[in-house]
Amino acid sequence: MNVIKMEPVLRVENLTGIYKGKNGRDPKTAFTAVDHVSFELMPGECLGIIGESGSGKSTLVNMIIRLLDAAEGSVILDGEDITTARGKELRKIYRKMQMVFQSPQESFDPRRTLSDGIGEGLRNSGMSGREAKEESIRLMKLCGLDPELAGCYPHEVSGGQCQRAAIARALAVKPKLLICDEATSALDVTIQKEIIELLDELRSREKEGFSILFICHDIALVQQFCDRVLVLYKGRIVEEGCPDDIINDPKDEYTKRLIAGVL
Amino acid sequence: MRGCTCRQTVNRCGYSEGDEIMDDVLRYDHVDISYNGRKVVKEISFTVSEGEILGIVGESGSGKSTVIKAAMGLLGQNGLCTRGDIWYRDKNLTELSAEVLRKLCGPELGMIFQNSGASFCPVRTVEDQLYESVKAHRPVSREEFRREAAELMRRTGLEEGGRVLKSYPFELSGGMQQRVGIAAAMLLKPAVLFADEPTSALDTITQKQVVEEMLLIRKTFGTAIVLVTHNIGVIRAMADKVLVMKDGIMCEYGDARQVLSSPQHQYTKALLEAVPKLKINTKSPVHLERSLAGHIGFL
Repeated sequence: MNVIKMEPVLRVENLTGIYKGKNGRDPKTAFTAVDHVSFELMPGECLGIIGESGSGKSTLVNMIIRLLDAAEGSVILDGEDITTARGKELRKIYRKMQMVFQSPQESFDPRRTLSDGIGEGLRNSGMSGREAKEESIRLMKLCGLDPELAGCYPHEVSGGQCQRAAIARALAVKPKLLICDEATSALDVTIQKEIIELLDELRSREKEGFSILFICHDIALVQQFCDRVLVLYKGRIVEEGCPDDIINDPKDEYTKRLIAGVL
Repeated sequence: MRGCTCRQTVNRCGYSEGDEIMDDVLRYDHVDISYNGRKVVKEISFTVSEGEILGIVGESGSGKSTVIKAAMGLLGQNGLCTRGDIWYRDKNLTELSAEVLRKLCGPELGMIFQNSGASFCPVRTVEDQLYESVKAHRPVSREEFRREAAELMRRTGLEEGGRVLKSYPFELSGGMQQRVGIAAAMLLKPAVLFADEPTSALDTITQKQVVEEMLLIRKTFGTAIVLVTHNIGVIRAMADKVLVMKDGIMCEYGDARQVLSSPQHQYTKALLEAVPKLKINTKSPVHLERSLAGHIGFL
């Protein structure tokens, strides 16, 4: 794969996120959570972002997926600037970029069945209800879920099954970028392994192939799964590179502490 | 099951106060627990000696938290210990009245929860709440309490004890809240400390601090700790003995080193295989540092 000539799927330039102070205007209590972060994500690549709680990982993701407004900088998805996208534009963007969150059960509507939840994006993009149901069952099978669970509600299935359904839902619109924000942190290690294997397999398939932005605080998992890693500390990137190189020869003091913390 | 000693403890973690063989402080004897008439925990037996750390490991829903809740009387209205005995020294906890058990919970049996921050009242300072919990069990003046709390925090490696006491829970980070939760349990100097996923909500750096703090507590006070977690790394760093559970049943029980290095049960093997391991080049300086810190070479 000649990555040099490829256009990045995601380009983040000088992205800065500031939580406004008291009453939304007190500059003394304003807090810069993400401070001029820049990186690129190439097609088919899996980029990990690690850092401790409060390092700005989730703020960074929330700005990329437009849940938060950036104070400065830009986010370019597939060549299109989405930094200030709103309304209808966002709907289009979410066909290229999908998310899998930490708590699978909470990310589904509790009053709708799994197949309903998985097919929602498809119905919104103009597919008929019947077609959407058939496609959601295909996606469930693809993600290793028994199609009999299609009629189940999120609380009726296990955390691992629900996370598989969340991945199926994310893949329904054939995104170019999948953002996993601590997607395996709430799962048991055995289930975590299954989910990682599933993501790895899906990513390498030509038909479903997508890039992954993998936010995680488990360095061992990042080493196992990601092609490249960014270390975030106090909102800044302190180190960037291949996971093996960073783990074996960390340059930054913070990265050293992070690795020493792994039990 | 009786007769476990703290000699292993001396070798592993430097708990050196009791070189002589100690009696078990906690003993589960063929315990079954049911919720709404459905058996969720079956035939659990283990012992914990003074200063010993037992790790209970298993996936969600395996019944590991239920096991420790039974000892603390926290099974709720629908939960019941249907068979077996839970002995704390010479008291059978399953037969005690709620009132007697309540008196034991705190000074004899302490508990740390996964999210200690949530167990504090958000509109009262940490000091007010800790003082209230100590005062409920023994008469103590505010001054005396402050001295004791500051001393405990110092001994358990919690810096800025004074500031922490004056803070409201939301003013502290997740890791700090968890350490305050540990301090709250330890102020009453319990003989047994139950810890239910104490590090699961924390990042690796804070997790390490909490693990070190708990080891220091064991070393300083000789507290026996029952640690429930799904994090094998935490078990590896802390536990002397380990109990592996699946679907409410004990799969494997024994010396932590032995179970983690040569698991016998199929499930334990699968569990250990699934744990993501940090791959470090043996020539890397990181490898040397981690070897010195005891993170490598024990699995």
